[in-house]
Amino acid sequence: MRTIIVGCGRVGAELAARLAGAGHEVTVLDLQTEAFSRLPETFSGQAVRGDGTDEDVLRRAGAEGADNFLALTEGDNRNVLAAQMAAENLGIPNVVAKINDPVRAAAYSSLGIATICRTMMMVDAMAGYLGSPTGRAQAGVNPPTGHHPGGDHSSPTPAVSESDGQSGSALIAAPAAAGSGTSARGEG
Amino acid sequence: MYVIIVGGGKVGYYLTKELLAAGHELVLMEKDARRAHQIADEVGSIVLNRDGCEGKHLEEAGAKRAAIVAAVTGDDEDNLVVCQMAKHHFDVPKTIARVNNPRNEELFRHLGVDEIISPTRMALAAIEQDIPVHELLHLAQLQGGDLELIEAQIGADSPAIGRRPADITLPDGCSLFVLIRGDQAQTIKPDTIFQADDKVLAISRSECEVELHRQLIGEEAVGAEAS
Repeated sequence: MRTIIVGCGRVGAELAARLAGAGHEVTVLDLQTEAFSRLPETFSGQAVRGDGTDEDVLRRAGAEGADNFLALTEGDNRNVLAAQMAAENLGIPNVVAKINDPVRAAAYSSLGIATICRTMMMVDAMAGYLGSPTGRAQAGVNPPTGHHPGGDHSSPTPAVSESDGQSGSALIAAPAAAGSGTSARGEG
Repeated sequence: MYVIIVGGGKVGYYLTKELLAAGHELVLMEKDARRAHQIADEVGSIVLNRDGCEGKHLEEAGAKRAAIVAAVTGDDEDNLVVCQMAKHHFDVPKTIARVNNPRNEELFRHLGVDEIISPTRMALAAIEQDIPVHELLHLAQLQGGDLELIEAQIGADSPAIGRRPADITLPDGCSLFVLIRGDQAQTIKPDTIFQADDKVLAISRSECEVELHRQLIGEEAVGAEAS
């Protein structure tokens, strides 16, 4: 299983280490060399300095033919560009973009890329912790519902495993029912 | 015709002024407050200090009734997102993106951007006109990039000199149509005989370029040397 991770922040580094530990062949990219200091010394994957939204850089890093592609930089739009490049031009079947803006996250999952929205995950987790009925144990994950070649619904996050085997529509419907998801759609 | 411009850098600023002068109805979206106010001081209240990448701000700007959305910020990823939101969320008939990395052009078209403006490619074309390194000049892309309009300069050692069109074997998907000799343009006819210093205009699929080069200019071996 080959996995490319763009962005070696806290999430990227932690995930890279965990997946490498689980036997994935991991390549992690970041613009800053210092970012790689977040990786543990035992990290067995590759760390490549470069712009993960540049197709030439991704190809040189060996992204073509990978199984998974996770765009986890700080910029929503950079993640959108990298993810679509991975799916369309590099033919990677399972592509996920971190998009913190809930409106954009919902919009892009309907355009066919899986999106993870940290904002909604945290809001739901907090509300859930406080006992609010709008809180949800698992949220913010929008599997693709569109036409994308990357529309493989086996999600890389264990959180959604309870719905595995279903079509993506149940999952995408769930965040929309969670209050802010609905209003986000209304605004969009 | 209502136009939304996203990005108030140099391109967005001059575009705004030109379109206003031409009498168009438009809004300029610029997320940086200082820059937005600076432009507003000059052109008036049509500047919206909002991030055009956000769906709700695009809606505020009237994306639903816009005929054109032009995303001209300095960042390719922002321009892509603006165009995709405009196209897929607000059904804007025509979206235009400025693209800095020429490698992104095809992807952006594929993802639904209607028109690409590429300053890099324009500069490249201008440079190639002065220094014909490749001797094949790319004048324009047609049919969404599948076909190219190409100018070939017939050099003193071109294998095409003294030959007629029928003597030159070109692959399918490649046709020669106009010749520029001196200051005169003429249609290429069966009895045209190519001479040194002719400029030949061709329409070609990109994969036929190597053969076009071989037939009109010669083997690619000396291609690195500027003539």
